[in-house]
Amino acid sequence: MYGKFSLVSHKSRLFCGAAVALAAIALASCSAPPKGTAAAKPATKVASVKEPEDAATQRHLHLLTSAQYLNTVSYALGPDVRPEAEARFAPTVRTDGLLQVGTSKAGVNDTQVEVFQKVAVAVATTAMDPVRRKFLMPCTPKDEKAADAACASQFITRVGKLMFRRPLPADKVAELVNQANASADRLQDFYAGLGVAIEAILVSPKTLFVAESVEPDPAHPGHLRLDAYSLASRLSFFLWNSGPDEAVLKAAETGEIQTPKGRAKLVEMMLASPRLEAGMRAFFDDMLGFDELSALAKDATVYPAFTGATVEDAHEQTLRTMVDQLLVKNRDYRDLFTSRETFLSPVLGALYNLPTSSDWTAYTFPDGSPRTGFLTQISFLAGHSHPGRSSPTLRGKALREILMCQPVPRPPANVDFSIVENPNPNLHTARDRLELHRKNPVCAGCHKITDPMGLALENFDGAGQYRDNEKGWKIDTSGALDGKAFNDVIGLGQAMHDHPAVTSCMVKRVFAYGTGGSTDNQDQEELAYYGARFAEQGYRLKDLLRTVALSQAFSTIRESAPAEQPVKAAEAASSDAINAK
Amino acid sequence: MTNSILSKLNRRRVLRGMVDGGAVTVALPLLNVFLNGNGTALADGKPMPVRFGTWYWGLGVAKDVFVPKKVGANWEITEEMEALRGVQKHINVFTNFTAFKDNAQNFCHHTGWVIGRTGIAPMQSGEVPGETLDISVANSIGRTTRFRTLTASASGSARDTQSYDNPQTPNAAETSPMAFYTRLFGPDFQDPNAPTFTPNPKIMVRKSALSGVMDDIKDLNKVVGSEDRERIEQYFTGLRHIEQQFQQQLTKPEPIASCKAPEKFKEDAKNGTDTTLMAARHKMLSDLMAMAVACDQTRVFNMTYGGQGVTKLGYEKPHHTCTHEEPVDEKLGYQTVCSWFTRRAFENWAYVVDAFAKIKEGDGSLLDNVLIYANTDHGLARIHSLDGMAMFTAGRAGGKMKTGLHVAGDGSPVTRLGYTAMKVMGLNVRSWGTKSNNTSKEVGEILA
Repeated sequence: MYGKFSLVSHKSRLFCGAAVALAAIALASCSAPPKGTAAAKPATKVASVKEPEDAATQRHLHLLTSAQYLNTVSYALGPDVRPEAEARFAPTVRTDGLLQVGTSKAGVNDTQVEVFQKVAVAVATTAMDPVRRKFLMPCTPKDEKAADAACASQFITRVGKLMFRRPLPADKVAELVNQANASADRLQDFYAGLGVAIEAILVSPKTLFVAESVEPDPAHPGHLRLDAYSLASRLSFFLWNSGPDEAVLKAAETGEIQTPKGRAKLVEMMLASPRLEAGMRAFFDDMLGFDELSALAKDATVYPAFTGATVEDAHEQTLRTMVDQLLVKNRDYRDLFTSRETFLSPVLGALYNLPTSSDWTAYTFPDGSPRTGFLTQISFLAGHSHPGRSSPTLRGKALREILMCQPVPRPPANVDFSIVENPNPNLHTARDRLELHRKNPVCAGCHKITDPMGLALENFDGAGQYRDNEKGWKIDTSGALDGKAFNDVIGLGQAMHDHPAVTSCMVKRVFAYGTGGSTDNQDQEELAYYGARFAEQGYRLKDLLRTVALSQAFSTIRESAPAEQPVKAAEAASSDAINAK
Repeated sequence: MTNSILSKLNRRRVLRGMVDGGAVTVALPLLNVFLNGNGTALADGKPMPVRFGTWYWGLGVAKDVFVPKKVGANWEITEEMEALRGVQKHINVFTNFTAFKDNAQNFCHHTGWVIGRTGIAPMQSGEVPGETLDISVANSIGRTTRFRTLTASASGSARDTQSYDNPQTPNAAETSPMAFYTRLFGPDFQDPNAPTFTPNPKIMVRKSALSGVMDDIKDLNKVVGSEDRERIEQYFTGLRHIEQQFQQQLTKPEPIASCKAPEKFKEDAKNGTDTTLMAARHKMLSDLMAMAVACDQTRVFNMTYGGQGVTKLGYEKPHHTCTHEEPVDEKLGYQTVCSWFTRRAFENWAYVVDAFAKIKEGDGSLLDNVLIYANTDHGLARIHSLDGMAMFTAGRAGGKMKTGLHVAGDGSPVTRLGYTAMKVMGLNVRSWGTKSNNTSKEVGEILA
């Protein structure tokens, strides 16, 4: 029905437009026009696509997620300083498809501060452990049973800078050193005293909130940009899901980050860093809603092979696949929907009905196998099913909302579902049962946009295991996606691969994740620009990340007047200042 | 057995003076001077503190087998409430109330409970438009205890909560009994009946360090907008509560006879949604919650049994799907499996009520000094109805409430019960709820 999304052919652009129109009509039948398809509109030729001149985003006050907190702490205090059990931060409200966007609105009450305080104690206690501190401390106190201001100052200055993501003012360093000294004297233990000061840093709102600061933009008089340290944080949380490291902070300190050349060099370094993997794992965790997997469980009498270990490994399988395909092999993002390459663990082997070795192993399903694309992985199939059976509706809804950014309305109220009740001796398969929904005019609007996609996945039961029949009745996996008909899940994968909303959704999610806010009408031209660049560069994730990270919108702030005095370099005093006090 | 509820005695101030001098160990006898002669009030004449809790179950009721015919006292136990026979004297049941959506949509499985807890019909999917009932009460009576409020859910999901400080601040539910135990009765728990008291000098220095942290808030306020300033202020309030917790840890608590820290679990509850596993988690969490209240660790609590995802072993549909797909039994007139799920929910309601009733406090039970409010999302879940809503209360709220009654709401707003609860808990509110849910009419039948 529609051609492969291309930015070059005018003809194919028309097809793309038709496809989007079809999607819109389908969704409009049950609700408002779909959101998030704007970037899928036909793009102009790449050569003529430039970032809009007024491109900008809003600044935010983000609450750190537990992963961001732990990643930052681990960098500052060592990889084994990572109290996962204590860092049970409250989940934020998923906003416009992303938890990360929700962190820009999330409130913090006493219960959450209690968690922050407890995890701070756990971090400081671990860091000051006699074994770890040998590697961690840049100095040795003159007397372990007494205060040592010089040594405490060195440590506090370094850790404080990494946790606050900017240098500590001299008076703040002095305050913390005084606290460490007083505590050391009281406790007769230098390290215990220093630990109390570290706790104070960790529980500070300056650690837990990422407050973006702005300054006048010399390149655009009358406009604002993120200050160097705020830009460093935005880049770092975007690409690494962690606070900036020493090198990124150095680029902020020197001002290099604010020059086009310096920023490009820095972004290349960040894209080449091994830390990019953690960053993209976090992004896909967020985008794919994998936080829900923590509560996923199946009916043991229906799916005895599906255990808690299955959930963990299914989660890992998909993330490994993403990292391998998109970062290691730099493949086309759309190939995720058609590729048969993945990884298997012994636990997963039981559900995939495949022999496996004793550890994770790369595995490619043979040609013709229905296991094509990550939609046929257990994380997606089981994650969007009921505990005791599959659900074409839940799977179709997930495809629309998560991967195409097209919200599906919730079921209508005050509807008598008696027409679709079962058991009915003539309703053998999910298709039979859902056929009745689609015949009911009240239900049909939404079920028509979810079920034809979801039914193509019916060869996989609620645990993600392959089957060719449902209670002895052969399963029909034919379906359609916005006019593109297919016979099976392989066809569904190809249809998703070719659908423009899939790539435009990816662009939208990456942009919103990186800049931390909801997208709105003002962002549509910017999204179209990213979409065009994404297409031109063959839908490579790293290229998309680079485009967003280097864009004007990423660092320019949509505010008309300065709301603050920028932090001056002079205020960002070094540790030497404290020694003079 | 002696009994006492937190009261500020001179002895505490004496101890605080000793603590300031360094770590001390003081042996203290359990005293019997804190209660009046008959154990119904504190020795100074003040009544026992009244605590407030909530309980939630999903997917309503089957009215034909739920609603008692008799209104008032001595109502007959109906088929669906059979599990409540043993606690009937401790509870009230409310039937045929309405959650008015007015000009908002009916967001399935959401609008109903949100109106019951906030008095406001949400205008957007997933929105909780205001502070929930428990928070209103906690902000009034919960500021002096170790925890302002505690929230737990047997569903296994921390997101499964009906407690919100504001639309952007849900109170995440405790889901792991093991983690909940550690939070309540782990190293930071001060056993009020411990024979000795050793203040931790590290707490003193931690408390001192907090003042610097609070100064950071002033800096942040300079760089954020007004909306975000409220979030920073909220953080500040949280820090003040931590400061208060530190102060409490530095102070010898008064003995509380009913407080007995439970044994640590040997293993955590298993993950899963079937009713057996749900009940096991609910039991562990309920026991911890009841003892946390008895030990005056909190005066406000929330318990969630489960929402839509509860399953029955070997039955392929979860409760929610069952409500939509199970046919109405032609002979019985209701969905039998759905009702089976609801009956399991009420077994858990009975359990939590009993958990509070079996803890002795004064000359009665802990439940005598508690008010638990319970609600659900729909009247008849099969059609997502917002009329025919059922609710419960449990406990006598320190003698302010009657129990054992069936109240027929005749279609009046569900907010009447929330409003009544706030009045009973001493909140100075003239009315509660918006639009058709606005009410200033208490459910007078249950007031003593």
